[in-house]
Amino acid sequence: MIEFDHVVMKFGEKEVLKEVSFSIKDGEIFTFIGPSGSGKTTILRLIDILERPTAGKILIDGTDVTTLRDREKIQVRRRMSMVFQKPSPLRGSVYSNVAIGLHFRKIDHQEIEDRVHEALDLVGLKGYEGRKATTLSGGEMQRVAIARAIATKPDILLLDEPTANLDPVSTEKIESLIGALKERFGITVVLSTHDMVQGQRLADRIAVVIDGRIGQIGSSKEIFYHPMNRAVAHMAGVENIFEGIIAANEAGLADIDVNGTVIVAASHSSPGTPVTVFMRPEDITFYTKDSIRSSARNMFTGRIIKVVPIGPMVRMKVDAGVKLTAVITQRSFEELGLELGKETELTFKASAIHVVERTE
Amino acid sequence: MNEIAEGIVQAVQLIVSLDEEVIEITARSLLISLSATLIASLIAIPIGGFIHFKEFGGKRGLITIIQTLYALPTVLAGLLVFLFLSRSGPFGFLGLMFTPTGMIIGQTVLIIPLMVGMTLIALSGVSRTKQDTVISLGATGLQTVTTLVKEARFAILGGIILGFGRAISEVGAAMIIGGNIRGYTRVLTTAIALETSMGNLSLSLALGIILLAIAMVVTGFLFLVQER
Repeated sequence: MIEFDHVVMKFGEKEVLKEVSFSIKDGEIFTFIGPSGSGKTTILRLIDILERPTAGKILIDGTDVTTLRDREKIQVRRRMSMVFQKPSPLRGSVYSNVAIGLHFRKIDHQEIEDRVHEALDLVGLKGYEGRKATTLSGGEMQRVAIARAIATKPDILLLDEPTANLDPVSTEKIESLIGALKERFGITVVLSTHDMVQGQRLADRIAVVIDGRIGQIGSSKEIFYHPMNRAVAHMAGVENIFEGIIAANEAGLADIDVNGTVIVAASHSSPGTPVTVFMRPEDITFYTKDSIRSSARNMFTGRIIKVVPIGPMVRMKVDAGVKLTAVITQRSFEELGLELGKETELTFKASAIHVVERTE
Repeated sequence: MNEIAEGIVQAVQLIVSLDEEVIEITARSLLISLSATLIASLIAIPIGGFIHFKEFGGKRGLITIIQTLYALPTVLAGLLVFLFLSRSGPFGFLGLMFTPTGMIIGQTVLIIPLMVGMTLIALSGVSRTKQDTVISLGATGLQTVTTLVKEARFAILGGIILGFGRAISEVGAAMIIGGNIRGYTRVLTTAIALETSMGNLSLSLALGIILLAIAMVVTGFLFLVQER
């Protein structure tokens, strides 16, 4: 169990972490998601005792690691392994690279050999033992770094943006490896990424880190559909964020006034409460006037003011009183005969809208 | 002009005929400077490692002093060691003045700052991530230092070779501490200084050619190492 208790980290004048608290359970995959420079890497470095926090406590299985002496730090650190964003192969062969952590622990040669082969096998680099580590491709180097980290059989594996510089194929390999490690060895995996979707694919729980603070901790579903604030919502790809006031509320179904446009959503807030409403762009559907009417409560007519194709999808901005962002498939876009400047009917369900009371 | 040409011809003859005195002086030069380089390496590399990895007050200032001492005048190094080793000095009882051992000490003192500095440069060439990687893999302090020194070994070797080059080519310390005693403390540089002042140009030139050849071998080796 890893616990942060009001951890503050300053580098000179710059406050990188501001009173960060969380706890990570044994055997879970826990992901920190946030934009670059939000403090994710610092959190991982603090867990690995590579930095000492300016204030606060960091407990690993109940031991406060911020007050340990060097020798004790090494003992705790030897139960962990960290893979850095930039793989740094040491001079020499792949074998000697993977073996180095075991040499530090003075493990006998036969066992080192067994474990190196096992680790390389696991990352899919069997037979690479004799290759020079510095001549490998980026993806291979990163897998060697992971093999080097798991050869020591850590209880906790820390991965700092392990796929940030890799191609999609290498990324996929490393992601499935991370899943397999948890399955096979039950190790705790702490991961940082700026890729929300990767977080969703891998993590049991996600912490969204924004500007040195934890914005929200929860399952990917909670983060994606029930973001607690604007910053988290933005990070989670919730592109429709509006401020409004509850105009009426009947048995949990509220009319929300957003700049004169009324949106119906599930909420228990009483009339007059200022709220923020969140809606994912995928939750908006389009139809033509003569097609069957949707059962949805929110139905609008709007003009398409921006069209951006993204792969098989199309992202649109539609002015329907409020400016909505929607994503639909290229196929639907064509079938509905949509185009820039055209008027269209659109709808979304009351349940697709997440309402949070505004405190500020 | 004629004198120079004649001198060069005679010098080549001295080298090719393996003149006893030339060989003896060359061997002594190599022995003294290689010993000094070895001892200085054993002292300078750990000191460089310590300075690089430890945070302490006055670190920046210490590095500046070390960098200043790169240019320590050889006669000044000779004078300092002279003060310590002379009869009235604190280590006078060891009787090391005018001995090859004394000269080794002089050259060691001379090149330590340069080699500490080169070690610092070599280690700062090892990325911070690499250092963190080694620490995160569970290395103790000593394991971290030795692993990273190994990582920087080619750059450090470059520093060692530079140190050797400075040791074998210096004349000030060798003259002051060694005294240029024929058959005992005479080395290439002191011999050239003496023979030139005596007008014995062909011997001077022969020794000069040898000194240059050693420098060439050394830089050639350095080049080979850094090409790897």
